[in-house]
Amino acid sequence: MATQTFTGAEMVVKALSALKVKYVFGYPGGSVLDIYDAIFQQEDVEHILVRHEQAATHMADGFSRATGEVGYVLATSGPGATNCVTGIATAYMDSIPMVVLAGQVPTSLIGDDAFQETDIVGCSRPIVKHSFNCRDLAEIPNVIAKAHYIAKSGRPGPVVVELPKDILIPQNKAPFNIETDVKLRSYNPTKKGHPKQIKKAITAITEAKRLVVYSGGGIVLADASEQLTRLVETLNAPCTNTLMGLGGISGVHKNFIGMLGMHGSLEANKAMANADVILALGARFDDRVTNNVKKFCPDAKIVHVDIDPTSISKTINAHIPVVGLIDIVLEQLQEELENINFVPDSSSNEQWWQQINEWRSLGSFSYQQNNDKIKPQKVIETVYEITNGEAYLCSDVGQHQMFAAQYYPFAKPRQWINSGGLGTMGFGLPAAMGVKLAFPDSHVVCITGDGSIQMNIQELSTCLQYQLPVVIVSLNNRSLGMVRQWQDMIYGGRHSSSYMESLPDFVKLAESYGHVGIQINQLSELDEKLSEAFSIKNRLVFVDILVDELEHVYPMQIKQGAIDEMWLKKGVKA
Amino acid sequence: MRRILAILLENEPGSLSRIVGLFSQRAFNIESLTVAPTEDQSLSRITITTRGDDRVLEQIVKQVNKLIDVIKITDLTDREHVEREILLIKVLAMNEKSRSEVKRITDIFRGSIIDIGKQVYTIQMTGDDKKISAFMKTLANETEIIESVRSGTVGIARGEKALRV
Repeated sequence: MATQTFTGAEMVVKALSALKVKYVFGYPGGSVLDIYDAIFQQEDVEHILVRHEQAATHMADGFSRATGEVGYVLATSGPGATNCVTGIATAYMDSIPMVVLAGQVPTSLIGDDAFQETDIVGCSRPIVKHSFNCRDLAEIPNVIAKAHYIAKSGRPGPVVVELPKDILIPQNKAPFNIETDVKLRSYNPTKKGHPKQIKKAITAITEAKRLVVYSGGGIVLADASEQLTRLVETLNAPCTNTLMGLGGISGVHKNFIGMLGMHGSLEANKAMANADVILALGARFDDRVTNNVKKFCPDAKIVHVDIDPTSISKTINAHIPVVGLIDIVLEQLQEELENINFVPDSSSNEQWWQQINEWRSLGSFSYQQNNDKIKPQKVIETVYEITNGEAYLCSDVGQHQMFAAQYYPFAKPRQWINSGGLGTMGFGLPAAMGVKLAFPDSHVVCITGDGSIQMNIQELSTCLQYQLPVVIVSLNNRSLGMVRQWQDMIYGGRHSSSYMESLPDFVKLAESYGHVGIQINQLSELDEKLSEAFSIKNRLVFVDILVDELEHVYPMQIKQGAIDEMWLKKGVKA
Repeated sequence: MRRILAILLENEPGSLSRIVGLFSQRAFNIESLTVAPTEDQSLSRITITTRGDDRVLEQIVKQVNKLIDVIKITDLTDREHVEREILLIKVLAMNEKSRSEVKRITDIFRGSIIDIGKQVYTIQMTGDDKKISAFMKTLANETEIIESVRSGTVGIARGEKALRV
């Protein structure tokens, strides 16, 4: 019997199916029409048609952040591929597993400046984990399998696969072979932490008198939240999360001392500044955490656990580096602690907590809600109450993002979805759509603002087509709030281009897309109308909330200062 | 300080551009770079000379290692190693005096004249970068340099140590 052969386009879809990929987010165009034709003729892989390729990447990204699976994007050559660039960079900065299948002009035309030709592998090189120029039809399945494996393993990240049209067309066929158990001689990510380093780490953390556990997005990506919580409890240590790490330990856990960094809690930043040992877990000492690196935690011995060696000692020197998968290393640490029946020294531990509780009592996350304008913080708190703290919160970028991070304590990892590293405005809505697709029965909220929402507002149309009833909560302050805040604080109040004139009527806009629009501008109706919005299950609700436009995000680190040098409110330093 | 790094990587299209891109993206500098396939055609070997303190060098090594195509990277600087560069240089040799002077200098540096034109000599010289620089400086004192090309440094560890799969 002759071996069955397939076109390249069919192989793409068969490969996705073999890798158990359920959804691919994309937009058709000339060079990928063969793949679209192949998708049309099968049922394993569903294609979600967005309205702009950037949204396809964010949707795949949101889907991945909520589920842990690899997000798949399909875009045509040229503009289709370049529209993906922001989304690829967003995924890269936050280490999100993603595969972008990008069309390309036929091999014979590559380099000729052909219609819709762009060197997308070149364009995306600095923002991908890896990329492939696929040139041979028979290689397609294994290239996609490799891309999938690379995206997901080690420190995850986006991978671009370029597919020229001539290897996809019906005229060329080959047998289908795929090896899903990928092995690469040049890529073998470390798994276990080195036993010697584990021993050193144990010595440091058991001898510490003022220990802080500082955990980041790595905990969320590795689903290591249980192991983290157990370790923190064994050590009875205070635990702070980065913006990306929120939910890594429950936001209401007694050992959780809040987010740290630029808009983190005073107690978290103070604890870091005064620690004698910092146990950094899947975090990367980002500049939005450290503030001035020269003044960063001078007395602390730093134990840094990360899967990516480049993250260790990049900005802050680690005294004890441990390279390995965070869940495995946490188990190694736990085992060692149990072997020595570790119990924290009660006097130093108590003293340390007493000190932290003093800082905590200053209530750095607080605001004054008067009777007139709605405070944005109040909105987040109300959303928390209505959703019982169980919603997926997908945020855009700006003040609303910080308010959400501060005032919605996340009980579980993967509940908080935001563009932390790149800070991509326009991320929130498509990310929320990806989450809603994965979890149709959960509350999925897009926290956004009048600036961010307009960066991908066209996706309201996709929401209707695929019945994705997310709740959009827009903290509308008629301005680019975070820009304006900086202009108020640093640029003498000169509001250069931060004022959003000519805003659309968001209620009518939502309605014109076939959704429900609700506007709230009175504090007295906040509870009721927001509850109403969340009670509508089968339709998308756009809640446009007119909030106090003068509100600033506090606390805030003082530029170039130490980690714990902060403004608590206007003109008040900690 | 000056560093010499040896990299073994997959001989795939785009591998070199990932290395070069990484250096510019992360503001590391490249003083010289050479690349060619090894005896195993599926592998390429790169030698890069760069400058940076220990901290920068640690990042360079880690970042290069992180590239999926890279199999191994090693810093040759602090271990016993041999490094060589080749120079091809064309100089003015108009009259008897300058011809004999150029020949004499070339002999002293153990180079060889590989081509002769009506008014020019083309010389080949092998050595480490210091020797090549010294040779060029000496030549420049005697005659006019028309054109020169340096290959960039290649390096290999002495003894049993080897960079291989």
